Amino acid sequence: MAGIVDGGGFAGAMARPIASRGDSVTGINTADTRAAKPVKRRWHIRENLDLLLFCVPGIAVTVIFHYIPLYGVVIAFKKYSVRRGIFNSSWVGLANFERFFRSAHAGQIIWNTIVISAYSIITSFPAAMLLALTLNAFRHQKYRRVIQAVTYAPFFISTVVMCGMITLFLSPRVGVINTMIRSLGGTPVNFMGKAAYWRHIYVWTGVWQRMGWNSIIYFAALSGVSPDYHEAAIVDGATKMQRVLHIDIPFLIPVATILLILNFGEFFNVAFDKAFALQNDLNKSVSQIISTYVYQLGLIDNDASFSTAVGLFNSAVNAVLLLSVNALASKVSGNSLF
Amino acid sequence: MTAPAITFKKRRSPIGRSRGDVVFDAILFVFLTLVFLIVAYPLYFVIISSFSDPIVVARGGVTFLPVGFTLDGYKAVFKEDTVLRGYANSLMYTAIGVSINLLLTIPTGYALSRKDFFARGPIMIFYMVTVFIGGGMMPTYLVVRALGMVNTMWALVIPGSITVYNMVVCRTFFSTNIPDELLDAAKLDGCGNTRFFTSIVVPLSAAVTAIMVLYYGVGHWNSYQSALIYLNDRKKWPLQMELRNILLLNSIQMTNPVMTPEQLKEKERLEAISEMMKYSLIIVSSVPMMVLYPFIQKYFVKGVMIGSVKG
Repeated sequence: MAGIVDGGGFAGAMARPIASRGDSVTGINTADTRAAKPVKRRWHIRENLDLLLFCVPGIAVTVIFHYIPLYGVVIAFKKYSVRRGIFNSSWVGLANFERFFRSAHAGQIIWNTIVISAYSIITSFPAAMLLALTLNAFRHQKYRRVIQAVTYAPFFISTVVMCGMITLFLSPRVGVINTMIRSLGGTPVNFMGKAAYWRHIYVWTGVWQRMGWNSIIYFAALSGVSPDYHEAAIVDGATKMQRVLHIDIPFLIPVATILLILNFGEFFNVAFDKAFALQNDLNKSVSQIISTYVYQLGLIDNDASFSTAVGLFNSAVNAVLLLSVNALASKVSGNSLF
Repeated sequence: MTAPAITFKKRRSPIGRSRGDVVFDAILFVFLTLVFLIVAYPLYFVIISSFSDPIVVARGGVTFLPVGFTLDGYKAVFKEDTVLRGYANSLMYTAIGVSINLLLTIPTGYALSRKDFFARGPIMIFYMVTVFIGGGMMPTYLVVRALGMVNTMWALVIPGSITVYNMVVCRTFFSTNIPDELLDAAKLDGCGNTRFFTSIVVPLSAAVTAIMVLYYGVGHWNSYQSALIYLNDRKKWPLQMELRNILLLNSIQMTNPVMTPEQLKEKERLEAISEMMKYSLIIVSSVPMMVLYPFIQKYFVKGVMIGSVKG
């Protein structure tokens, strides 16, 4: 793992950490810097025409399933009817948006989304960093590898199975947690039926599932820290804890900043899967978030226009948020995405 | 050069590990062991519960080892037709889905890794745009419906058949692992791009192919969202949808709503088995993942690295 990062890797890892969105962005930058290299290549258009053929299937799929739906967003401003189709449905201007903001749910749903997102970010970041820092400072290689293998594992559990485990463990009748509560003399709690617990369950099981996986990128960054720093610190009499605090953590900050920005890019796109899977009528007051609401409106209530309008509002807020967090981060710390 | 380094190393340990450091190491050990237990125990508990007597599990009698060893849960799983059908569907969707993914992603990744490819910049931008803006659920649904793909497996495998992240991982792999000299030499011998790709690049890309198979494969196997949106016909449901039904919606059909004391007892037993079956079901549905886990771990981590270092 470290081998791949080595070889000038740390700067790279620092500047362009993973996450679906970010790499891609820096991908463009890479192309630019390469074009600026002294060795100029000619483009051989005729000779490389077949490379274009390599790209055709991917482009076709992307046009059909990404670009055409982009046009389909116009139904947010129309009263979509199946009979008349996207083109011929009548325009209604901002009526769908107005309806959303006037509805009793809007405030609550937006608030639920914000709380869940913020709570997840606040918990998952320190957890992953802490795990990476401790793993990196830990001396026993073998035990470390075992811990890594085990902590990565939950990441591969499917959302449905994960939520199945949660409901099974928390079941008021047969769940492990409640049998423990009972044997300690308490009264069983219907965790999934109480809105008050829902957010904590959602967020902390998320930490459990992703902590190990999220730590990979930090761990890689840490293994790129030059041993010179540590040796110099040792000569100066620094304790191990001081080295972690004053060498390792400062090295993680740039990586963390970029990952944080990327996370904010997803701030309003709280994953549909898990929230929907854990949702029931008793906890809907806190578990209804924008993405589950969009699903319910569009596919259960068959209100395509309204659903699209809510989704569009969501993307717009998200884009604004990403740009502002990015600007803020570059001002405050000098680390930013673009 | 070497001599001072050795003396430095010898001197390093007494200076490096003071009493404070020993305490610090102990704290690390305790913390990591705690993390290990918190993550591992629920997984372990599911495994031992799946082999234990359902009634004991429900009473909370299972902690470290299976109690009242039984395979009833597993027998119940394999009697459930919906589960087996879902399993078969999922295997098929995953196999077909991954094949389509590879056919689209790897050639695109290769073409875009070529610095002398004239359309490289525009195509990259074309893909980047899709990362930042999307149509959302309903507009995509309308397109899929217009193409007549609703309620067919194609709705699950075609729309997401090339993801930008995976394509970029491929591109990075090719631009770092296929030296330009190789292409130049092949060209001198009169080899065109297509031939070069099929007879030289593809055989050299086993590692990235493995990464792609696992990334896409795990995605297909674990996803339920597109099935939820696009498939109405239960016969076509993938495993995750059936799991959702059993694990989350509690819709295992209990055929006897009868109330004599003996039958009530029997009903309790059946309910316990159904609870039990859930543990076995979790295990059975995760078998492909568990078998592949060593590879998954190795290649997923590699994929993260490729994605992060050179993006």
